[in-house]
Amino acid sequence: MQGFGILSLLVWLPIAGGIAVLALGDRRVALARWLALAVALATVAITIPLWMGFDRGTAEFQFVERLPWITAFNSWYHLGVDGISLPLIVLTAVMTVPVIIAAWTVIEKRPAQYYAAFLIMAGLMIGVFAAIDGLLFYFFWEAMLIPMFLIIGVWGGPRRVYATIKFFLYTFLGSVLMLVALIYLYVQGGDYSLRALHELPLTLVEQRWIFLAFLAAFAVKVPMWPVHTWLPDAHVEAPTGGSVILAAIMLKMGGYGFLRFSLPITPDASRELDWLMIALSLIAVVYISFVALVQTDMKKLIAYSSIAHMGFVTLGSFVAWDIVAATGSLHGAGMGLDGAMVQMVSHGLISGAMFLCVGVMYDRVHSREISAYGGVINTMPKFAGFMVLFSLANSGLPGTSGFVGEFLVIIASFKANFWYAFLVATILILGAAYTLWLVKRVVYGPVANEHVAQMQDLNGRELIVLGSLAVGVLVLGVWPAPLLEVMQSSIHHLVEQMTTSKLPL
Amino acid sequence: MTPNLLIAIPLLPLLAALLAGLAGRRIGRAASAGVTILAVGTACALSLYVAKLVYLDGVPAWDGTVYQWLVTDGVRMQVGFLVDRLTALMMVVVTFVSFCVHVYTIGYMREDDGFQRFFSYISLFTFAMLMLVMSNNFMQLFFGWEAVGVVSYLLIGFWYTRPSAIHANLKAFLVNRVGDFGFVLGIAGVAYFTHSLDYKDAFAIAPSLAGVQFPLTAGTAVSALTLICICLFVGAMGKSAQMPLHVWLPDSMEGPTPISALIHAATMVTAGIFMVARMSPLFEFSEAALSFVLVIGATTAFFMGLLGVVNNDIKRVIAYSTLSQLGYMTVALGASAYSVAIFHLMTHAFFKALLFLAAGSVIIGMHHEQDMRKMGGLAKYMPVTAVTCWIGSLALIGTPFFSGFYSKDALIEAVGESHRWGATYAYYCVLGGVFVTALYTFRLIFMTFHGKERFAQAHDDHAHDDHAHGHGGTPHESPWVVTAPLVALAIPSVVIGYLTIGPLLFGGAFGSSIFVSEANDVVAVLGHEYHGPVAFALHGLTAWPFWLALAGVATAWYLYLVNPRLTERLAAGLSAVRTVLVNKYYFDWVNEKLVAPLARLIGKLLWKGGDQLLIDGALVNGSAKLVGWVAVTGRRIQTGYLYTYAFWMVIGLAVLLGWFLVRA
Repeated sequence: MQGFGILSLLVWLPIAGGIAVLALGDRRVALARWLALAVALATVAITIPLWMGFDRGTAEFQFVERLPWITAFNSWYHLGVDGISLPLIVLTAVMTVPVIIAAWTVIEKRPAQYYAAFLIMAGLMIGVFAAIDGLLFYFFWEAMLIPMFLIIGVWGGPRRVYATIKFFLYTFLGSVLMLVALIYLYVQGGDYSLRALHELPLTLVEQRWIFLAFLAAFAVKVPMWPVHTWLPDAHVEAPTGGSVILAAIMLKMGGYGFLRFSLPITPDASRELDWLMIALSLIAVVYISFVALVQTDMKKLIAYSSIAHMGFVTLGSFVAWDIVAATGSLHGAGMGLDGAMVQMVSHGLISGAMFLCVGVMYDRVHSREISAYGGVINTMPKFAGFMVLFSLANSGLPGTSGFVGEFLVIIASFKANFWYAFLVATILILGAAYTLWLVKRVVYGPVANEHVAQMQDLNGRELIVLGSLAVGVLVLGVWPAPLLEVMQSSIHHLVEQMTTSKLPL
Repeated sequence: MTPNLLIAIPLLPLLAALLAGLAGRRIGRAASAGVTILAVGTACALSLYVAKLVYLDGVPAWDGTVYQWLVTDGVRMQVGFLVDRLTALMMVVVTFVSFCVHVYTIGYMREDDGFQRFFSYISLFTFAMLMLVMSNNFMQLFFGWEAVGVVSYLLIGFWYTRPSAIHANLKAFLVNRVGDFGFVLGIAGVAYFTHSLDYKDAFAIAPSLAGVQFPLTAGTAVSALTLICICLFVGAMGKSAQMPLHVWLPDSMEGPTPISALIHAATMVTAGIFMVARMSPLFEFSEAALSFVLVIGATTAFFMGLLGVVNNDIKRVIAYSTLSQLGYMTVALGASAYSVAIFHLMTHAFFKALLFLAAGSVIIGMHHEQDMRKMGGLAKYMPVTAVTCWIGSLALIGTPFFSGFYSKDALIEAVGESHRWGATYAYYCVLGGVFVTALYTFRLIFMTFHGKERFAQAHDDHAHDDHAHGHGGTPHESPWVVTAPLVALAIPSVVIGYLTIGPLLFGGAFGSSIFVSEANDVVAVLGHEYHGPVAFALHGLTAWPFWLALAGVATAWYLYLVNPRLTERLAAGLSAVRTVLVNKYYFDWVNEKLVAPLARLIGKLLWKGGDQLLIDGALVNGSAKLVGWVAVTGRRIQTGYLYTYAFWMVIGLAVLLGWFLVRA
């Protein structure tokens, strides 16, 4: 039995830090702020030995910790990482830092609680990615909703109550079905450990129901069409930091769930229902892109853009069987999954940066309406540079991270069916259309009104936040090899799992 | 050739661009200009050195990896260079024109606040273009392809407060993205068959793919190579502005003139031509794709040229000329005369960059006026500009011994030799295009530099190019930083064709970098009758193109200098034709009045109808309401009054009894 280690530190340090910040309270807000930043940075620092020490040659879980938790149900405090969860853990730690910095002077209402909520949430989200016990996973998965619920509910906009309830009900309803599935699996196998679940033999009927139960949970989180309508509402009402974490990390939980649970636990049902997943993914890309085109609210536009981009994740994850059917070989299946993973990491950076950009403008003008802006470049040239860069990255420009995942998924889906590739590749046109039209209306042009005329360019704090994200987006675009290398063994293993039938011959 | 030498060539402009872009304000205007010019100049010198190595010293082509971009599923995607004779030629053209434009910019952008930003962009462009031409794989090709597109986007919108400029740059980017959509599918198609993105793997497998059918839908299959080649060519149609994806190029003239010369004439727009020539080992095996290329190119060559005849904006006339000339190059590609296409690309790069820069010089001289109706008689005031512009024009219309003559005449003859489907149509298009070219070119010359001086009233109207302030006074010759590049470009515009036609077309100078199958080799047929550049030019004097060009010049002379009234009468008499031409065949109308509103309408329908009405209205809030209704109804049933419960109990009993009775 391995004891506490680096993963526990990653989970509990932010949570403990959050509680400490909470204890400091609003009266010592400066101290609370610095403590929050220190904790966030320390969390990032802890991921460095994790990344460096990770053995890229194996698909086994590493840095494993296993301690008794709920012994009555044979559920363990069981943590571990592989190539699929490691990048997402690092992403979570990294994206918490800009959220803390971006809130520095902007959040005036109960600031200490705000920081605490984000730190606690970071710990819980890392817990989701690190848990390799089904029940523990479920614990983190549900616990994470609470801080987000509070963030939108307390620091949100005028319609925050509608948005929080919609958000909570949607995600909670899906999750409950997942719990039912997990309990069923436990009853069958007597074990919540992920590897045991992966190996548990299941009939096709069982798999079908379990797949659908998982789908309910994960599809809502991604979100997939047609259970996506909570996301634009939640984004619009959430404060900037909430939107950043929502888009950058929370949506990834859905994609992660498919890779971690659906595909390996129910490979035959996944195979049987892959048409549904592919169809919904293609709808997400095309339908949602058109919807994004006509948005008048910047946050809604980016929210819809997120849904369209997450369509690549689900497509890349479920395209493997059609590749086998079309080409008779597995060549390309791993590429789809690689693309899905890269897209998740990249979208985390880009969507986070886009929401931060909107936040920068909102802090100055207090409007999210596109029509309230125009010619921002005249008063905020530095900001305009970042906005244009992130928008181009959002349009999938080669040389930025936004290109890598989309490129791999397009190539992989071409192997499955020309028309899949044809439909998803429309994002080249539609994605550029909605993103750059936004840029045209907001950033370019003559100064539109007095509010824009009075906008101040980025301060040092904002410059650091956007600048470091820009570096991340560019480095990942120019040299994605290290990321792919970390994932390689686990993706390979996953392809084996999902293409090995659990049914008796 | 060492890898370090090759890496330095694109890297220097990139570093200079970063320096001028990020620290431009701190290091100042002179330093920004200096560092970028130094970097691009060095890149140019190194490119010339590389060209010397591969052409004169016979050093073999360099094909290697710089670094590994990623490995996925066993497929290695790399950043790497393929430097052979084709690439070396492109490197020289790109860096030389870029260098001239850099110097010219010092004068042209002197009064602009965005001076450093401009230098940063054009240096960045040079980097991107070099990455494109030097690539040895499809991934990097696509990187360069999109990167030049982005810089073009930034530069068209350089004067970002002008509504027309930011409309034009968005349009340019989106139309290019339509092309890239095809391009990326073509790349995916290559990956489908090769499990690799390296050129050499694709070229190696191409012959065996010629007969392979690709299932497009359940019932139909198409030739795999035809599908791949047409998809790739759609990309070229976007970048090289072939009909119907040409609409962005005339509007791109909203950008400052130096970039019209560099990006929208000499280099970026020729990327599509270069790409198809580079992919000749693929295209050669698809007769259908080449016919498609041929017809698209021919249509663009002739019909876009016509538009130049009715336009009055000096830059737009040259832009339509560029469209038409790109069509010529595309026709050559379609006729399997890849070397001729590249030859024309090179000569065109010099004389078209020259014409644009000369037009820019005129615009400065006219205090930022672009309407040719307000010019006339400028030769007297701007002698260097006028002479160099004449040289460029003579080259463009194909005057014997000028560079454009050699490339265009060879091109037309090559098409004449081709027996491919569509070749006859293409032949008449390019032949007719010669007359049209001469007509619009000399219309420009006569309206601008000769005839009556009409600029007296020019300054009352709005100035089109209004980024600078110096108004008033008569036109004046431009400073030396502007005229020196004109002279530097005029020299190759005259001599480069004479010097290089022999080796490039008939001497096999491109070596293995261009592949033509024996049956398609129209250039070899021309080669049988080639007896040196002088004989070629003398023979040209007796051929159709020369007389057509002469007729075009004469027509322009008569219509615009001798008898302008006839022009007005003609315009009135042919008003229907003129309306079609002035409206640019209604492409813009279709895009702006049909396509764009349709896209927005679909978006609105899906949003309001799909998301809000169906999903949120019916499903989400509907189920919430259902829950609410059940709750409310349930609450009402529980009234707390005994008689209500008793009443429902009686009803319930009655129903149960009834049911039992019916069953029995």
